[in-house]
Amino acid sequence: MSFIEAKNLVHEYIMRDDEGNVEGVQVALDDMDLNVEKGQFIAVLGHNGSGKSTFAKHLNALLVPSEGTLFVDGMDTRDESKTFDIRQKAGMVFQNPDNQIIASVVQEDVGFGPENIGVESDEIWTRVENSLKAVGMWKYREHSPNKLSGGQKQRVAIAGVMAMEPECIVLDEPTAMLDPDGRKEVLEAIHKLNKEKGVTIILITHYMEEVVDADYVYVMDQGKVVMEGTPTGVFSQVETLKEYRLDVPQITLLAYELKQQGVPLRDGILTREEFVQEMDRICR
Amino acid sequence: MLREITLGQYYPVDSVIHKMDPRTKLFATVIYILSIFCFRGPIGFVAITAGLIAVIYLSKVPFSFMVRGLKAIVFILVFAGILNLFMTPGRELISIWKFTVTYEGAKSASLMLFRMIYLIIGTSVMTLTTTPNQLTDGLETALKPFAKIKVPVHEIAMMMSIALRFIPILVEETDKIMKAQMARGADFESGGIIKKVKSMVPLLVPLFVSAFRRANDLALAMEARCYHGGEGRTKMIPLHYEHRDKVAYVVVIVYIVLIFILRKFA
Repeated sequence: MSFIEAKNLVHEYIMRDDEGNVEGVQVALDDMDLNVEKGQFIAVLGHNGSGKSTFAKHLNALLVPSEGTLFVDGMDTRDESKTFDIRQKAGMVFQNPDNQIIASVVQEDVGFGPENIGVESDEIWTRVENSLKAVGMWKYREHSPNKLSGGQKQRVAIAGVMAMEPECIVLDEPTAMLDPDGRKEVLEAIHKLNKEKGVTIILITHYMEEVVDADYVYVMDQGKVVMEGTPTGVFSQVETLKEYRLDVPQITLLAYELKQQGVPLRDGILTREEFVQEMDRICR
Repeated sequence: MLREITLGQYYPVDSVIHKMDPRTKLFATVIYILSIFCFRGPIGFVAITAGLIAVIYLSKVPFSFMVRGLKAIVFILVFAGILNLFMTPGRELISIWKFTVTYEGAKSASLMLFRMIYLIIGTSVMTLTTTPNQLTDGLETALKPFAKIKVPVHEIAMMMSIALRFIPILVEETDKIMKAQMARGADFESGGIIKKVKSMVPLLVPLFVSAFRRANDLALAMEARCYHGGEGRTKMIPLHYEHRDKVAYVVVIVYIVLIFILRKFA
């Protein structure tokens, strides 16, 4: 069994009027299948309203499936007795860094998760130290979160999740509210966690550039997984991506346009380095 | 104006007062408040001032930081002072046109001003030297006995610490909304008090909406980090008394006894 296994996952938001009568049903996830292995770096792409955030909340048992099943490390998310185990296994980082920091001092916030799951005081301190060092925020441990930049706050939030020693971190558009520098900081931090600590990463985003280094990419639209594969495979299908209102990285688009004009470039160029190499090859 | 609020802000330096157990500080603060309402006579006043100065000195927090907290209540202070000054009947001191300042009025006004100012400064020493988390931890343990009669002590403490954390964020947000509305021609500066209050309404509505949205997000984030109430929760910084706390308790008790003795002689 895979670490995360979604089978025919369906989620419906039921809208009610003031008296509690059902007004309408909105299907956010529609028969979704997805598997994630331990240690992978997975990216989930999708336009607004594609259901990607709903899916993220399922991984943390904040929402439970209307139909179908979702297993996290062999545990059914519908099993209420396992809810806290699941939340510990699969930590979650949200979009707005301000709204997920609970304490007024960085290190106390990182300690909040371990406190909740009943870790001994000494052990909490070691965990806080390790996770703050892992995201490069150790020297800010005594600071107030209000005085940090967006990227720093988001790294504190990641440290807060790391302190619970999860095997997987789900990041729901963690960079959407950050400036380019902050975005880079956060991405570097999660790549480092993935490589050095072997933490499984599920990155939910609509920035194509962030997806390039992922192991595997899922593209969602209207609650369904519509494309999947390696970044190279997915980004070589420029036309299909456009149908789902997604842009490819600029360099990939450039290569694609050049190819349309008859330059014999290969498909799925993702980085500038690859592009330069390809051009070099052709010019010889 | 909004940035002046120092209430609930922590000033990080390393001092004896900072290291003290929050329960000790809570106890001392309660005793201190008691003393400023119970004392009598100039010697009592000197004793309280000496105590306060000693604590401020030990806390290593700049005095200007504490005074800043007073700015927010200057209006109340002036208003209450003037009322006390002119409205208290008694022996006449000075008479200007129709208003008479009485001897009793001057006394009660200065007493009241002194109490308010000392109250604010004293309690801000407490909040400036204690992180909100420690403060609520202290409150939670101190109020533990009430949990037996179904007072939700942990929940109250948690709400307090979250409220303190969000004060600066909401202040910043108010500032942003104000600027956005001023950019579209809203006027918060001119006009009388009634007009000013009225102009606040369009400010409060978006502020409340955003506060609720934040609360919702925060609740989700807390749940995602396994928060499930106070049960089975461990503490990152468990509270335990050290030698300095015992000394502090003795000092505080000596202090209150002294205040009461001075009261007898005054």
